[in-house]
Amino acid sequence: MNIDAIKNGIVIDHITAGLGMKLYDLLELESLDCSVAIIKNVSSPKLGRKDIIKIDADIPINLNVIGYVDPGATVNRIRDGFTIEKKKLELPEKLVNVLFCKNPRCITSTEQELKHVFKLTDRKNRIYRCLYCETKAN
Amino acid sequence: MKHLIDILDFSVEELQELIDTANDIIDHPKAYSERCKGKKLATLFFEPSTRTRLSFEAAMYDLGGNVIGFSEAQSSSAAKGESVADTAKVISCYADIIAMRHPKEGAPLVAAMNASIPVINAGDGGHNHPTQTLADLLTIYREKGRLSNMTVGFCGDLKFGRTVHSLINALSRYEGIKVVLISPEELKLPSYVKKDILKEHDIPYVQTSDLESIMSGLDVLYMTRVQRERFFNEEDYLRLKDSYILTPDKLNNAKTDLSILHPLPRVNEISVEIDSDPRACYFKQVLYGKYMRMALILKLLKEAGNCEY
Ligand SMILES: [Zn+2]
Repeated sequence: MNIDAIKNGIVIDHITAGLGMKLYDLLELESLDCSVAIIKNVSSPKLGRKDIIKIDADIPINLNVIGYVDPGATVNRIRDGFTIEKKKLELPEKLVNVLFCKNPRCITSTEQELKHVFKLTDRKNRIYRCLYCETKAN
Repeated sequence: MKHLIDILDFSVEELQELIDTANDIIDHPKAYSERCKGKKLATLFFEPSTRTRLSFEAAMYDLGGNVIGFSEAQSSSAAKGESVADTAKVISCYADIIAMRHPKEGAPLVAAMNASIPVINAGDGGHNHPTQTLADLLTIYREKGRLSNMTVGFCGDLKFGRTVHSLINALSRYEGIKVVLISPEELKLPSYVKKDILKEHDIPYVQTSDLESIMSGLDVLYMTRVQRERFFNEEDYLRLKDSYILTPDKLNNAKTDLSILHPLPRVNEISVEIDSDPRACYFKQVLYGKYMRMALILKLLKEAGNCEY
């Protein structure tokens, strides 16, 4: 299958197979006017199978979301057909409106306009806790 | 802006500073009686807690300050649907410092993020109650002369008892602390508290359901009440509420300098006969709570640049 190489834009490569759609949703790519391609189950020598997202515009991307969902992915900025930047991903210290607190006693359960903020409390074990009630994300 | 939302918001040094101030207030109350003249404390109690509210109010009056506020959500603008963030912004225009009690976990943090004056968490649901921990720490310090090198027993509801989690958290930063956890099977300390606090800080601990067998080794015994509101069914509550009742005969093997603490109110877990025992500290603890709140108000106002001392 062929998808044209993009000239100016962003390629999120080496996405763990199956996580492409999730990233598409969390990055809110459906709200973009430019072309966006999700390529699923591409054969990859490194991963066996992988997903790729190509965005045909150089837009700001929330790297924290990708770092949290799939830290092994790579993000490349393309200009005039050349990769001009490879972004490094790591687990973000803070996630805003990516995870949602399910604790019914949390203040976020009654105040709808509050942002759901999770903080990384244990990098080794990838544990995030709600900023407000400290409930662990699962 | 410095706030007190979680006991760990203060370093060990800052806690000692509060303890030193509280001790100085106890020795020289007159010297503090006008320190907050012209200042206003807003007590925003979205759920009733008369005991905690009166302690804050007494603390502010003893500093020569004034108090405004409300004691339940029905009489506040929250009843009209105002957000905690807006309430915090509005109250910041009237008062110099806020003490907030709220049934929802994290509400005082939301207030702190939006207020332009210091916010004190006066209890957020089953989550944190740091000023109770301040009272506990001053009580232990005054009774023992130290906060390190001792064996502290926690007895009763260790599962839902936020004062227990918070005090364990605070003590975990001192040297030579050993912990004994006494509870029925259903009310054991949650495993995340054991893992995140006790194991993380290499604090030796034992778990038992038998209070008398470990009594002789304790320097401090922290009793708690089994709270009805934490249970979904009445049967479980009734079955567990009388698990531990401290009576004089159970103190036969206890150290002569044991300190018995309880965050109060008690139901029946400490027999009234113990009240006259010199080892009973729970009423002193109430008084110390007021002194620590005075020290806390002074510290936060000073850090906000709103008080000379
Ligand atoms: Zn929460």
